[in-house]
Amino acid sequence: MSRSIRFSRRQVVRGLLATTAFGAATKLSGCSPSSEAGDDTSSAAGGSEEVIVGFIYVGPKDDFGYNQAHAEGAQAMAAVPGIRIIEEENVPETSAVLETMRSMIEIDGATVIFPTSFGYFDPYMLEMAAEFPEVQFFHAGGLYQEDIHPNNVGSYFGYIDEAQYVSGVVAGHMSETGQLGFVAAIPIPQVLRNINSFTLGARSINPAATTQVIFTGGWAEPIKEAEATNSMADQGIDVINCHVDSPKVVMETAEERGLYTVGYHANQAPLAPTGYLTGAEWDWESIYTALGQQFVEGKTLMAGDIDHVLRGGLAENFCKLSPYGPAVTAEAQADGEAAKEALVNGDLVIYKGELDSNDGEAILAADEEYEQQNIELEKMDWLIEGVKGSVGS
Amino acid sequence: MSYSPPPASRQASDLGTTEPRDNGPKDNGPKDNEPKESGFLWLRSLEAIVLPIAALLVALLIFGGFCALAGADPIGVYRSIYKAAFGSWSAWQNTLIRASPLMLTALCTLLPARLGLVIIGNEGALVMGGLGAVLVGLGLGDALPAGLGQMTMAIAGMVFGGAWIMLAGALRHYRGVNETISSLLLNYIAIAFLKHLVEGPLRDANFVTKPSSAELDPTLWLGTLPGTRIHFGLLYGLIICILAYILIQRTTFGFATRVTGSNIRAAKIAGLPVGKLTLAICFLGGSAAGLAGMIEVAAVQKRINESLVSNYGYAGILVAFVSRQNPLATILVAILLGGILASGGILQRSHNLPDATVLVFQGIVFLCVLFSDSLYGKIPYLRSTTR
Repeated sequence: MSRSIRFSRRQVVRGLLATTAFGAATKLSGCSPSSEAGDDTSSAAGGSEEVIVGFIYVGPKDDFGYNQAHAEGAQAMAAVPGIRIIEEENVPETSAVLETMRSMIEIDGATVIFPTSFGYFDPYMLEMAAEFPEVQFFHAGGLYQEDIHPNNVGSYFGYIDEAQYVSGVVAGHMSETGQLGFVAAIPIPQVLRNINSFTLGARSINPAATTQVIFTGGWAEPIKEAEATNSMADQGIDVINCHVDSPKVVMETAEERGLYTVGYHANQAPLAPTGYLTGAEWDWESIYTALGQQFVEGKTLMAGDIDHVLRGGLAENFCKLSPYGPAVTAEAQADGEAAKEALVNGDLVIYKGELDSNDGEAILAADEEYEQQNIELEKMDWLIEGVKGSVGS
Repeated sequence: MSYSPPPASRQASDLGTTEPRDNGPKDNGPKDNEPKESGFLWLRSLEAIVLPIAALLVALLIFGGFCALAGADPIGVYRSIYKAAFGSWSAWQNTLIRASPLMLTALCTLLPARLGLVIIGNEGALVMGGLGAVLVGLGLGDALPAGLGQMTMAIAGMVFGGAWIMLAGALRHYRGVNETISSLLLNYIAIAFLKHLVEGPLRDANFVTKPSSAELDPTLWLGTLPGTRIHFGLLYGLIICILAYILIQRTTFGFATRVTGSNIRAAKIAGLPVGKLTLAICFLGGSAAGLAGMIEVAAVQKRINESLVSNYGYAGILVAFVSRQNPLATILVAILLGGILASGGILQRSHNLPDATVLVFQGIVFLCVLFSDSLYGKIPYLRSTTR
């Protein structure tokens, strides 16, 4: 070796950096036992003082829409003594959600999981439910089938189309052209049901009313949502409703174009102060709080203490209406309230004969009706007469 | 200790070469600075190991500062990342599951890059591969025995994905269309095509949570490696990466590709079939991504729907660049990225950090690794000083 032992300033700086990095790495490799909160190893069935509940969202928690409605509900559940919630947002519907569920169960010790997006249900949530029979899984809107699905799977969903129906009544009153617009994400039963109920509500006031539907093809497609809203405004449509993850873009665009708006998921009145008529809102807070209390009391799906299928509408506080906006006339408000009353009392059935689809097929004969609980409604693949658009694509 | 320019001995060794070298341990200088004949092989490989590790550590330090600013305890965050990504066998499996599609999609950028093409159509090739596999799979049903059926699906996926990227290669070679732009645009076409099919002709009306195709026959499902929850995709990823390395480094085809990549004119003068090479390498790249698509549908989703579009393709571009177009390094980089992704959840859950934190970490890591690229041949202790 002929190198003389001298160091340049740069070499010294590098050396120092490297040493620090090494130190950090040593700490990183975690010689000390982890003492994180979620580290309790108590068995999942019981024994831990607090029930750990995991919530998974497909988008951001503050999206003014679907995920925000669930996240607010989760916060309400967190207020129940004995419940601790853990949350993860922006989890895609791939094996990533499997890993998220597994990690919530194995690392955080969660004993209840709420994967809130539709697409999480099959195959991901069902797969996990089969693997962890002692953990309860609750899914918003999934189809629970008693003899097929594991015993620890529950499904809850609100008949929010009741609120859509009432919104339709108000929209039918307020529309001058009789042309309503609906910006929808993808043609799945829950979405179709909202479109149909909204249209039925409007046609109960104005039998000639029509609803133009545009499917954007995705839950969060802000550019297409704005385009759809603008093209509807150009067509002479004067009330816009929507079913996308975040109605923000639709509401703001419609407000700019001077249209009336009907909100969805959460109250969007602040986004469209002049044109906002009313809206169909989830009321997850009451459901989640009730479920949270049941978890703390040790009730489970597996023991049969909690129903596998939780459903309810306006009467059961699964959903609610936004306060009427300033533009709503007294007459429209009165009819809206009357429809709401009738739905809460059970005097009004939304889907009753005679009912045809918009491509001419008979759905219900004159003496038939679908009660809200009817499973056929959860498999809906048709649009009723008066809706312009097709389920095809 | 002195602040003088470097020791005489090193200068002497530097003067031995005819290369116009910088004569001091400067951090930024002219780029072409690989240690040539003056460096021993083992020193060069030492450099290739030490530099990325150092880059990783620097990235951890910077990220620690970021966490501290965001109000989290950096040491706790490091520990959580480690725990969630590599801390246990279960965590390792999580990491490997996330890494396996990335190994394959990275090759879609990496292979054409060796020929001097910048292809970013990975997402589209993955989607087309998935579509091809599902179309064939649905057509097959349970007609073939399990292994043969899966093989047919894999070949269909590779042909579809390969043909898709070959399109970009052909446009490049015959019409001079920029391959980066065309492959990017092909992504959008592939995704739109997928949406059209699953919402229209392919749609299974009985599956209500999401517009999807019908389910593949269970004989066509890819299983998991024995004793794990990792699907066979990982194995395929590893094998294909190693094959790609051999192809590029050890075959005439690979040599011709590299020559064309370094100097296309020289390659043409030497009589290399540049057109055929372009098409072939694009096909191979695309077929790797197509295989990733097949694996995703056969092992994870069991049917095809829009969930197939979940950024594996774009993440693959990153992996390809960070691994410096070396298929073996791709394996490691994919595992690193898989680990980072696997730790994303725990940062949200245990430390109340926003979900973008993991992207910040990923960005810092990859920037540091790319920066360390410019240091090859410039770290004094990693340069050969004796002969």
